[in-house]
Amino acid sequence: MVKLRNVTKVYRTGAFGGGKLKAVEDVSLSMEQGKVVSVIGESGSGKSTIGKMILRLISITEGEILVNDKDISKLKGKSLKEYYRTVQGVFQDPFSTYNPVFKADRVFDIIRAEYFSDMKAKKWREKVESSLQSVGMVPEQVLNKYPHQLSGGQLQRLLIARALLMDVDVLIADEIISMLDASTRVDVLNLLIDLKDRGLSILFITHDLSLGYYISDYVVILYRGSIAEMGYTDKVFYNPIHPYTRMLLTSVPRLDQKWEESEEELMETQEIAADSLEDRCKYYDRCHFAAESCGKPELKKVEEGHYTTCPRR
Amino acid sequence: MKKNEFLYFALRNTRMQIGLGIVLFFFAVMIIGPSLTDYDPNEYSGPAFARPSEDHWLGTTFFGQDVFTQIVYGLRATFIVGAVGGGLATLIGLIVGFIAGYKGGILDEILNMLTNIVTVIPTLALLIIIAAYLPYRGVVSQSIIIGCIAWPWTARAVRAQTFSLRSREFVDLARMSGMSSMKIIVQEIAPNMLSYLFMALILQFGGAILAAATLDFIGLGPTEGISLGLMMQNAVLWSAIPLGLWWWALPPGMIIAAIVSALYFMNTGLDEIFNPKLREM
Repeated sequence: MVKLRNVTKVYRTGAFGGGKLKAVEDVSLSMEQGKVVSVIGESGSGKSTIGKMILRLISITEGEILVNDKDISKLKGKSLKEYYRTVQGVFQDPFSTYNPVFKADRVFDIIRAEYFSDMKAKKWREKVESSLQSVGMVPEQVLNKYPHQLSGGQLQRLLIARALLMDVDVLIADEIISMLDASTRVDVLNLLIDLKDRGLSILFITHDLSLGYYISDYVVILYRGSIAEMGYTDKVFYNPIHPYTRMLLTSVPRLDQKWEESEEELMETQEIAADSLEDRCKYYDRCHFAAESCGKPELKKVEEGHYTTCPRR
Repeated sequence: MKKNEFLYFALRNTRMQIGLGIVLFFFAVMIIGPSLTDYDPNEYSGPAFARPSEDHWLGTTFFGQDVFTQIVYGLRATFIVGAVGGGLATLIGLIVGFIAGYKGGILDEILNMLTNIVTVIPTLALLIIIAAYLPYRGVVSQSIIIGCIAWPWTARAVRAQTFSLRSREFVDLARMSGMSSMKIIVQEIAPNMLSYLFMALILQFGGAILAAATLDFIGLGPTEGISLGLMMQNAVLWSAIPLGLWWWALPPGMIIAAIVSALYFMNTGLDEIFNPKLREM
């Protein structure tokens, strides 16, 4: 379905674009039909950048993204418009995803105007209603309202319903529940699982490990734009190898462990002179296994369907 | 509901009331004025430098032209310059600002350079040169020249606002809905800055009137017809003040000042209307 091959994104920074910031570096991963891939990472790890590159909202600096064996960076005009029939996204902040000037259901009207302009009004209405019902909403309650009159959860589900109006194969879910109340989170998560069972591939971008565990088949742990560890969810969560993954897992508050105990494990980080970090592992300055021998690591196979850059345990 | 709310605050706002009142008053004078006077603006209709009287409500000029008639017809030139010159400046500013802000990259660099160039050109000098080369100058051609020079600040402000709106997620959503750039600008971005665009238009309207008055005053006004600036120029040229013809020298300048101040009043009033934080409770 979706394949990323050595994708790199470099942002130019500074007054004259002299500085360079590698938001994503040499990322390769693939998504299969009917599977959820979670991309997990902290702020600035480049996880949203990956999602936006797949959605063609930002350009790719190096590497390529193939969707159904087609290089998406070459899409333009009409073919790009057709591309969005199959690939759609939902973003983090439901309140800024809607144009505050208009009613929320305008997102449906746009889809109709752009893709289904020859469909009869009645038939279209039925299509919208069935799409709304499939995301568990009552059409009368949400149609004809302004974004501020709806809750975050409703708005996010409206956006998913919008994506479903087209024949989407791939859904990029960029932190879609991080701004929702705990009570509405589960609804949206379960909706995603429903969609997955219907054959959608979902890229679930999150900073929350437990959400990643709950929903995904495959997990990619991103650190400063590079993959630190990836593999099938069970393998990564039950047998974490990269020190960063282990640190993340320890940072999750647990019911059976006092926080002081977890904190002790986290405190062990060594002080390392930040001299030649260029040729080092990106986690070098935070890693408590860091050693002189640490170079620039490559992704290696640990077991079937489980890869990491750091072989150390 | 939202529109009514704006209208409600607009009509309740004192500055808006005063500003709009003054502008509408002069607009009405412009409309009904010609039917109140029996003279032509440049016709030698009475005794020279007569004081205001029943026949000549605002007196006559050095040559016996009726001052009131001149003002009534001059107002027409003023409003045309404001509408055409200010409208054109706003339009160019919008197009340049939207394209530069939305497209970014090289296009932005080029348009930004153009904006900067027009900004640093001494406007008055350029106006003088262009106006001096035109053999025949009408009110409309004057407005077009003014419009072509006054747009940069609107372009800059619109560009900046477009920049910040462009990165909002609803624009990404519109792009994912297959909307073209043009549609996104017109349907998604512009409605979000409608209040600002309205204010820009008002400021450009006032600015164009002032620019036209300046040109007229230094003798580069319309070669035919009459305008308020032209009246001021004639008044100075024929020593109206030393001769004590205050009814000729004062009204045109005062009317221009009144209209432009009223427009600025409306602008600050609109600020309060569109920005709830500034509203007086």
